[in-house]
Amino acid sequence: MLFEEFDLELPGGLTTCLLGPSGVGKTSLLRLIAGLAHGAKGSVADHRATPVAGRIAYMAQQDLLLPWCSVLDNVLLGARLRGEATTGALEACARELLARVRLADSALARPAQLSGGMRQRAALARTLMEQRPIVLMDEPFSGLDAITRYEIQALAARLLAGRTVLLVTHDPLEALRLGHRVQVMSGRPARLDAALEPPGEPPRDPADPALLTHQAELLKRLAQAREAP
Amino acid sequence: MSLLRPVIILLALAGLWQAVVWISDAPAYILPGPARVALMLATRWPELLEHGALTLAEILLGLALGTLLGSASALIIAWFRPARHWLMPVLVVSQAIPVFALAPILVLWLGYGMASKVAMATLIIYFPVTAAFFDGLRRTEPGWLDLARTMGGSRLSILRHIRIPAALPALTSGLRVATAVAPIGAVVGEWVGSSGGLGYLMLQANARMQIDLMFAALFVLGVFAVGLYYAVDWALRRALPWQADDAGRAD
Repeated sequence: MLFEEFDLELPGGLTTCLLGPSGVGKTSLLRLIAGLAHGAKGSVADHRATPVAGRIAYMAQQDLLLPWCSVLDNVLLGARLRGEATTGALEACARELLARVRLADSALARPAQLSGGMRQRAALARTLMEQRPIVLMDEPFSGLDAITRYEIQALAARLLAGRTVLLVTHDPLEALRLGHRVQVMSGRPARLDAALEPPGEPPRDPADPALLTHQAELLKRLAQAREAP
Repeated sequence: MSLLRPVIILLALAGLWQAVVWISDAPAYILPGPARVALMLATRWPELLEHGALTLAEILLGLALGTLLGSASALIIAWFRPARHWLMPVLVVSQAIPVFALAPILVLWLGYGMASKVAMATLIIYFPVTAAFFDGLRRTEPGWLDLARTMGGSRLSILRHIRIPAALPALTSGLRVATAVAPIGAVVGEWVGSSGGLGYLMLQANARMQIDLMFAALFVLGVFAVGLYYAVDWALRRALPWQADDAGRAD
């Protein structure tokens, strides 16, 4: 039993980062919220008790770009799957998003021609293209090298501002850079600790001493979480 | 060099063949030398070409029909889960019974003309095509399917935009196998009963001890089969440039 009487609240318009030991159920939680996993009793709803199904965009650790489609067509995948016309306004919107993730020149390239960082930026553009108020991210930047990750974090924080984001990550610094709230999940059945709320707006400067103090605290909590029953 | 290589291989094989003829001192009606066969090719080419064209047409029609039926079957069993339990045994039976055993029945039902040979070729490639495509259809990257579901894609649009394109590389490997085995179906059909085609020509030549003509027909068949394989392989590579094995461009 991964979850029992488990309750997670995501404040609207803010980014919540979720950390915890491997196997604690972070990905399972994301999949439950996204409606991809079944077999659990519970509800995922907004403050008016309306279910959120259909208002969620999902971004995984793999970029999940379709190798046979151009970058632009990948960004337009959701529209194509829903049978919407992908020319005109939607295409302009997709190109605009690609420009914002600095991929305007690669719109017609195939994913295989891009670097890992570029592919993940394309996946970010595809996620934003969905225009969903809630965004679930499962370690989206963990496969990237440190510098690329640092850049894409700043980009993601800017582009995701105003949306309700749940970001699962293994990297305490990433959580502290991007999260309005940072929570550690531990134990079985899983529970959450009180949220850390670092000062300032994301993306935060990693050189900020306040952030480093929080990081020490977070590492301590993560170490405890590993011991938790 | 890559163009020269097949020529060198062919010349070496012909040389080896001639050496066997000289050493064994076999009479021409048992093992004709390459020169005699070349002479046959040079003098009887209109006849060889006429029969060859018929066999090639049977192979191509069988390939088209088998690909069509095989792909449709794969789509049906991928779409309707219960259909799998009903159609899979039929599929296995279609492969388990040797086509050689079916050939006389097909000739009896469909006649001495092209139809029975096309049916043979279709039958022999139906299983590899279906199995390969179905395998591809059910091995879609689960992440893509999850993503498509969160995007609100219907089952049909997910099939169309994700599962089918993702299964195309698997289908192409099925088609390569099909291209290699389709000539077997056509020629076996011609052996069992026909009034034309390379198989027919070989059988006639054999009965009249014209072994050199038989070898010439075999040569034409080989050229067609190899040519067809490379043509299909080339076309499939062009059709799916995103496929992983296309990394060959880099070297």
